[in-house]
Amino acid sequence: MNESKEPVLRVTDLRTYFPVRSKGLFPKTIGQVKAVDGVSFMVHPGQTLGLVGESGCGKSTTGRSVLRLVEPTSGHIEFDGVDVTNLSHKEMVPIRRKAAMIFQDPYNALNPRHTVGAIISAPFSVQGVTPPGGVRKAVKELMERVGLNPEHYNRYPAEFSGGQRQRIGIARAVALRPRFIVCDEPVSALDVSIQAQVINLLRDLQDEFGIAYLFVAHDLAVVRQISHQVAVMYLGHVMELATREDLYARPLHPYTHALLSAIPIPDPRAQKQREHIMLSGDLPSPAAPPSGCVFHTRCFQAQDICAVEKPEPTEFEPGHQVACHFPIEEFLGTKEIIGPDPGLTPRLGADGSPTGEYEGSNDLIRELGTDYGAGPNTPIDPGPAIWR
Amino acid sequence: MSAYVVRRVISMIILLLLLTLVVFILFSLLPADPARLTCGKGCTPAVLEANRHKLGFDLPVLQQYWEFMKGLFIGRIYAADSPDPVVCNAPCLGYSFKRGEEVLVLIKDRLPATVWLALGAFILWLAAGISVGVYAALRRGRWQDKTVMGISLAGYSLPSFFLGLMAIFFIVIRLQLLPYPSYVSPFEDPIQFFQTMLLPWIVLAILYAAFYMRLTRNQMLEVLGEDYIRTARAKGLPERIVIRKHALRAGLTPIVTAAGLDLAGLLGGAIITESIFSLPGLGSLAVNSVNDADLPVIVGITLVTATFIIVANLIVDLLYAVIDPRVRLVS
Amino acid sequence: MTEISNVQRPFLEVSDLAVQFPTEDGIVHAVDGVSFSIERGQTLAIVGESGSGKSVTAQAVMGLINKRNADVSGQAIFDGEDLVAMSDEGLRKLRGSKMAMIFQDPMSSLHPFYRIGDQLTEAVNAHHKVSKADARERAIEMLHKVGIPLPAKRFDDYPHQFSGGMRQRVMIAMALINSPSLLIADEPTTALDVTVQAQIIELISQLQQEFDTAVILITHDLGIVAEVADEVAVMYGARIVERGSVDDIFYHPQMPYTLGLLASVPRLNEVRSDRLDPIPGNPPSPIRLPAGCVFNPRCAHQDQVADDLCRTVRPALQNVGPAHQVRCHLPATERQAAADLTLSLLGRPGR
Ligand SMILES: Nc1ncnc2c1ncn2[C@@H]1O[C@H](COP(=O)(O)OP(=O)(O)OP(=O)(O)O)[C@@H](O)[C@H]1O
Ligand SMILES: Nc1ncnc2c1ncn2[C@@H]1O[C@H](COP(=O)(O)OP(=O)(O)OP(=O)(O)O)[C@@H](O)[C@H]1O
Ligand code: SF4
Ligand code: SF4
Ligand SMILES: [Mg+2]
Ligand SMILES: [Mg+2]
Repeated sequence: MNESKEPVLRVTDLRTYFPVRSKGLFPKTIGQVKAVDGVSFMVHPGQTLGLVGESGCGKSTTGRSVLRLVEPTSGHIEFDGVDVTNLSHKEMVPIRRKAAMIFQDPYNALNPRHTVGAIISAPFSVQGVTPPGGVRKAVKELMERVGLNPEHYNRYPAEFSGGQRQRIGIARAVALRPRFIVCDEPVSALDVSIQAQVINLLRDLQDEFGIAYLFVAHDLAVVRQISHQVAVMYLGHVMELATREDLYARPLHPYTHALLSAIPIPDPRAQKQREHIMLSGDLPSPAAPPSGCVFHTRCFQAQDICAVEKPEPTEFEPGHQVACHFPIEEFLGTKEIIGPDPGLTPRLGADGSPTGEYEGSNDLIRELGTDYGAGPNTPIDPGPAIWR
Repeated sequence: MSAYVVRRVISMIILLLLLTLVVFILFSLLPADPARLTCGKGCTPAVLEANRHKLGFDLPVLQQYWEFMKGLFIGRIYAADSPDPVVCNAPCLGYSFKRGEEVLVLIKDRLPATVWLALGAFILWLAAGISVGVYAALRRGRWQDKTVMGISLAGYSLPSFFLGLMAIFFIVIRLQLLPYPSYVSPFEDPIQFFQTMLLPWIVLAILYAAFYMRLTRNQMLEVLGEDYIRTARAKGLPERIVIRKHALRAGLTPIVTAAGLDLAGLLGGAIITESIFSLPGLGSLAVNSVNDADLPVIVGITLVTATFIIVANLIVDLLYAVIDPRVRLVS
Repeated sequence: MTEISNVQRPFLEVSDLAVQFPTEDGIVHAVDGVSFSIERGQTLAIVGESGSGKSVTAQAVMGLINKRNADVSGQAIFDGEDLVAMSDEGLRKLRGSKMAMIFQDPMSSLHPFYRIGDQLTEAVNAHHKVSKADARERAIEMLHKVGIPLPAKRFDDYPHQFSGGMRQRVMIAMALINSPSLLIADEPTTALDVTVQAQIIELISQLQQEFDTAVILITHDLGIVAEVADEVAVMYGARIVERGSVDDIFYHPQMPYTLGLLASVPRLNEVRSDRLDPIPGNPPSPIRLPAGCVFNPRCAHQDQVADDLCRTVRPALQNVGPAHQVRCHLPATERQAAADLTLSLLGRPGR
């Protein structure tokens, strides 16, 4: 699709690692969370790249790194042909006019003490832009455009419902007519009926202004609805990247197969006929990712080589990339496949007795007294400080 | 665990050494001349100079510090070159010429009254603060809660000298329910000991309990809204177990922290309470020493108090790990 | 109570349940006249907009609503006894033994300071006088049943040593440890990843068969409803607006809100047009529920109803099939026309 056009965004081998630090008087780096570990993709003008995967796989970190809201560890980010990876904050200012972000939580993303008008006009003042007809008029037009009542200009976010707050966030993001927006789970917190309103709105704004989206979500059905291309992430790696049609109809990666089969569809008869690939166990921690293919601890297709050699993303067909030694071409709609034992396997010491640690689990972080197998948006919190 | 404790103790010692240095430098910056105080009315510059030398105040600050450190570990002899040298043995915290006594001995004398005062008050305020706090939380928003919070606010804002003086005035002088306070060791005369300590315990406990009620109430309210409390109820546990075993334990951490530090602070002397009830504790020693600009005693008390606080910190952190299994002791 | 009346009565029959919370802003009508019933071994799914009263309904049945802060009225006859009228102590004895509940967020539902095993045996000991060893054995057996590897070893672990999916397994073990006959699962998989969600749903159905449990499953995921439900109740604005078998709801839906819900869900398996068909507007505030039909501010069909009934008269739950009820004023033909339109949009032939 649009291969001829220059991409708005080209990301090459992006890595973002977070140090795991001990707390205290003299904090030490005692490990790394490889939140994003060698990710490459492009986003084309006016198109949407969906980024899906389970919680903690690095979707949000990818989105934030691309906008330099967190500092990438290595790799390249090109925006409209300009390498922005190493630009200073000052040099980023004009870039930020062309790129915006929409957040998941419409409750926390808006300053509760600012009026809606102030929130939506913030990009104008930050960038020092005065739209023709003045800021107030432009903001009211924006409010109208995203389906808010312009008369509510002076109201506060608390007076709006979740869906309306997400519209406020969207109005703020599109205020400067950006070329590109990172949408981080923009509809996950919303009810189904409201979700559909917001998805439609995003779609309409894309058609009207030619905005490209990097659409981060964990809901594959939502991503299918809005995306042109889809990338599936697992533990900081892109496992498969294809056009929407290919990804959903002809998935290649075992993980994509498993994901698609795990999602129940809202059609009882069809759902009861589907067979499941039941993935065993839980997501390993990105602080201690498995060797070789990061998926091998849960993969029903894994062979010996998978634990040793990391599969590189390869173009299986034109426009269809997959990182797997044994991609599955037939559609696994009809087989029941069960992986290895569920749950975490205890790690045994030299004498064969359990060490109290678990394979693939996040011992480093556990050491600090925090949850592993983190839930949605669980930040790494090394627990209560011992040194104070 | 033990490796953690060893490491903590080592860093504690380093911290204390640094602290003594800071204390030394700070006090050397004070305008008062300690040597002047040891020299009476008919002071001549020559005597002053001699005294200064005897006390070691003619040395540069860093060297004074060095001498002090030496005294701490191997003992020290003041005015060794004079006809009447003063010997201060190994853990030598200094020597007060003003009082003609080793600082350590002075502190040892005064410590029991302070420790008894602090411990008694501590037990009282924890018991009162926690139980009343839990009670208020369980009756949130109703009149019992509002009353408790009102009383707590009042207790919180009452100055201790006011409370102490009122207690003495009404209970001792007007109603004569208790004899006038006069401290004795509990091993000598337990009855007089209790009669003396009762009021100071209560006065201190009221001041602190006010804070602990609030803290406990707010902790409990937060914890009672937690999902695992709902789980405990959904299991069919009796409400009293839900409160005591599940909610209170979960809310304990900040209470333990505050309690540890407050107790340590009190062990350094409750200046006002001790003065009002004429208790021979560290607090009144500190006040007198400041009035007399008796520098060695002030330094000694500062160090002892700092040690209490640092040790309390370690104990609180160890308790943390006992209370909350998620806390792993790493350094 | 005679044998016969027990047999004829549904296992759990909730009728006209209402829960109101007096707050500073006004009275919150969280649940407003909800009725449903369920038999052993069956799964009733409750779906609906967030804030529509699903969780409060469940908590009212479990007796987890503090009657000091709320007015609970109506009836919930469970195995012959009315749960709404029951004393706190009576409810406590039922909770965790004959009826149990699991919650949305497994990360915060277990006490962080107590060992998994102790939390499980505590549930046993709350209802049975058994020895420590017996309680332990029962707990380990349950851990094994819910698929925790090396249960005897993990018995002594703390919750933070378990992942989210494993913790939800532990919660299920805890709920089922006294073999309850009613299990209420309030969004048990919402906080979990899809691959783990599939494991948990599978586990619940499997254990349900083993224990012949009645399951009330609260969810907003129509996919899960399609997979496991026998009966479905659709809630909107504190009321049940449509109720029926899973086939009724997915293949013969009638109420405009249900139609809107089905139409607005994006699909995983079918390519549809680029635009979804959302329900316009926002759900009502539970403090100011609209008069008449709660759905009227968002309903496209109200002008097909005569006399402005939608805005003035509260529709009753009327039978439209053997076990299929709808709360809507629309005449049957109009209702069917609306349903057919939605079904054709979904690519499903009507009846
Ligand atoms: N600021 C940070 N410091 C340390 N670790 C972080 C930080 N931000 C994210 N992480 C960790 O990086 C990993 C990826 O996080 P990220 O938020 O990108 O995941 P995600 O795919 O967006 O997940 P979710 O679906 O839960 O939002 C996680 O393990 C997370 O805990
Ligand atoms: N203790 C309470 N005090 C006051 N209002 C309450 C209380 N508990 C619930 N509510 C209100 O009752 C209404 C119904 O809440 P409930 O939790 O049942 O919704 P729900 O259908 O479970 O929604 P969700 O899908 O978001 O979980 C909501 O508007 C909620 O704000
Ligand atoms: S490389 Fe091996 S382990 Fe990884 S997905 Fe492919 S088959 Fe599975
Ligand atoms: S009663 Fe009226 S408003 Fe309510 S759903 Fe039916 S047609 Fe719509
Ligand atoms: Mg995220
Ligand atoms: Mg709920």
